[in-house]
Amino acid sequence: MLAEILRRLVATIPVMVVVALAVFALLHVTPGDPAVIIAGDYATSDDIARIRARLGLDAPFTTQVGLWLGRVVRGDLGTSIFSGLPVSTLIGQRAATTVWLTLFAMLISVGVGVPVGVVAAWRRGSWVDRAVMMFAVSGFSMPTFWLGFILVYIFAITAGWLPVQGYQPLAAGLWPFLSHLILPAVTLSVVYMALIARMTRASMLGVLAEDYIRTAFAKGLAPRGVLIRHALKNASLPVVTIIGIGFALLIGGAVVTESVFALPGLGRLTVDAIVRRDYPVIQGVLLVVSGVYVLLNLVVDVLYVVLDPRIRY
Amino acid sequence: MSQLDRRQFLAGAAATAAAAAVAAPAAHAQKLGGTLRFVAQADLKILDPVWTTAYITRNHAYLVYDTLFGTDEKLNVRPQMVDKHSVSKDGMKYSFTLRDGLKWHDGQAVAAEDCVESLKRWMKKDRFGRLLAAHGPKLAVADRKTFTLELGEKFGPVLEALGKPSSNVPFMMPARIAATSADEQIKEVVGSGPFRFVKDDWQPGNQVVYVKHADYVPRNEAPSGSAGGKKVNLDKVIWRYMPDAATASAALAAGEIDWWELPPIDFIAKIEQNAALATFLPDTLGTQGWLRPNHLHPPFNNKKARQALVAMMNQETYLQAAIGVPKYYRTCAGVFACGGPYASKAGAEGLAKQNLERARQLVKESGYDGRPITVVHITDISFLNAAALVTRELLTAAGFTVDLKAMDWSTGLAVRAKKDPPDKGGWNVLHTWWMAADVMHPAVHFGVSGAGPGAWFGWPEIPQLEQLITDFVRAGDQARRRALAEQVQKVALDEVAYVPWGEWTQPTAHRKSVSGILKFIAPLFWNVSIA
Repeated sequence: MLAEILRRLVATIPVMVVVALAVFALLHVTPGDPAVIIAGDYATSDDIARIRARLGLDAPFTTQVGLWLGRVVRGDLGTSIFSGLPVSTLIGQRAATTVWLTLFAMLISVGVGVPVGVVAAWRRGSWVDRAVMMFAVSGFSMPTFWLGFILVYIFAITAGWLPVQGYQPLAAGLWPFLSHLILPAVTLSVVYMALIARMTRASMLGVLAEDYIRTAFAKGLAPRGVLIRHALKNASLPVVTIIGIGFALLIGGAVVTESVFALPGLGRLTVDAIVRRDYPVIQGVLLVVSGVYVLLNLVVDVLYVVLDPRIRY
Repeated sequence: MSQLDRRQFLAGAAATAAAAAVAAPAAHAQKLGGTLRFVAQADLKILDPVWTTAYITRNHAYLVYDTLFGTDEKLNVRPQMVDKHSVSKDGMKYSFTLRDGLKWHDGQAVAAEDCVESLKRWMKKDRFGRLLAAHGPKLAVADRKTFTLELGEKFGPVLEALGKPSSNVPFMMPARIAATSADEQIKEVVGSGPFRFVKDDWQPGNQVVYVKHADYVPRNEAPSGSAGGKKVNLDKVIWRYMPDAATASAALAAGEIDWWELPPIDFIAKIEQNAALATFLPDTLGTQGWLRPNHLHPPFNNKKARQALVAMMNQETYLQAAIGVPKYYRTCAGVFACGGPYASKAGAEGLAKQNLERARQLVKESGYDGRPITVVHITDISFLNAAALVTRELLTAAGFTVDLKAMDWSTGLAVRAKKDPPDKGGWNVLHTWWMAADVMHPAVHFGVSGAGPGAWFGWPEIPQLEQLITDFVRAGDQARRRALAEQVQKVALDEVAYVPWGEWTQPTAHRKSVSGILKFIAPLFWNVSIA
């Protein structure tokens, strides 16, 4: 197993190289020019050309990509064209917000989605099942930004229980930290809660029809034990897959949530950098996020083996 | 070093607080201390106010840096860091002596040499500064607090240049920092202004933190614009960046922020309904919208085709579509800011009244061959989006075929710099905007430059304009300058360097606990206090 994990880790290297090259190529065919943005309103063509040369943007594509990859291999993600700050510093400033937001959202999604899906499958066709399905469809359909503003209006402006926006680190105290994350995490989690609830229900329905489940009930086992120990464990592979994918989607989905709640996360860092064509920041963030995706896939694959010992790689 | 600075700062702050307590506290009508939370118009990413013309960087610099001269709310230039100044009878030699007690944020005293280096760097970047530099000024240090500026050729508005309020403002920096090439961004933020930038707390895309500069010595005058006494009542100012207007609006209503610099006009009515909030018009001169033709390519390399743009202009239509609320906009038939000292109607008769019939006639006379007009259509800035749509309708009504090219602002910046023909990635018409302070007179107004390749995007080559601008800056008296500015306007509108599509103002919004906001083109944080 360990050898397999190591092999998979090594296999991520060519994936990351391909991702890096694709990101670099895509950025350089995108319209826009950071030199023009930096040059300002009264720059002449010569001024712009000078800035492009200073930034190395006038070098051939292969030279630029070679230099960048060389720096990345040495652990240097470059420097923001605009702020002059190292990309790693910018990512460091933002990573905690996005990580906490994503973890909280996933905790809520799994904490609510899985039990609700299990109950819906167990009570298939009942009002509980229909209510869960209605909730799931609503969850899919609600735009994140709309839900965010509704929650802000109810819980922050009208009730005054929670803050409208911003982020406080854990060092500022548990309640300030939690209170700033509750609304964004709930907003972000609703879609995935619905997705996980639906997936859990569908997967459970398949397992609940199996003979061994009927046998378990016939033996007189309590429903909770049958559902959790026998059915859910066997139904969990697709759910784990969707949770893994959900993590990846959450990082992407955080862009909107971070904007609505003015959270200084990686999503907004990426969007701001794209708007300004701050190439080193975009490349750095996408490379890091791609690495996280690849690692998440690896974790999901490892979990398969843990959950189902029959699986061998 | 930063720890030492912080200790020095805290010691200074404590001493100032103690002195204030011992002195007559009743002398301060405003509350002292506190933190002001401010939502800025944009994200502060660039810290060098000479390297960029971005307004957000200029606004940042007004906290951190000081200026030799300031501009008061009536647009008069008044000494700020300068204590005394004199000018020779022939107007060719100026002498400036700095005030006592001016200190950089690193504790060093401000010296004449610092100002000389700062001016040299600024003159390499700024339009007004470059005009001054073209007149052969020699800057020299006379003593530790005094420096001189000797002109090679006559240049009238020296003090106006040194006190110019908008980008690039000649902010003063320590000589070692000002020695940075004008093409490079400075690496250190050390000013002598009333607030100190806290670099460790700067998070681009989120927040900027400033603390009171305890050693700052304000002028003993009432504040007005960027002139007068910069008395600081706040301990700390936190700028937040909130890209979503609805979030900023909710945060202001909930009391999580104190001052929102630029709420969209759509939000103003709701803000004014809230008893805890107030709106304020800090810059009554406002902003001017532009329609800029590209002079390099057909059809607008033809004067008659360009004149059709003036004849088709209906500023009211543009402003209705782009701004919407009449109390925040006004038509202004002229190239210099209405309400400013050089506003005039000279040569603007055609601009004041739409004449589509004449526009169609001019299009025919221009020999327009029906090729599509490429209009840069910026979709992510609402008023530019609206302006482009109005232009399409009017161009079509005038007899042009129009091709709207939709793009975001960043792409638009790259496209506008292209001199290629429109069918090869270039453009024919674009829209932009400038604050009134940047279109106040010929020496700062990019739109009336006729310097061809050296002119602003669109590159009009109108030598007569360049000569008039040179005459303007060489003129010694205000009456002569006014006459020359009128001439500039006549030629600019006749040659159609660009077409103004009206002016608008932008209110700011704050909680009523905030008081003392000054009228100026940029948000200023001295004189402001918070209850």
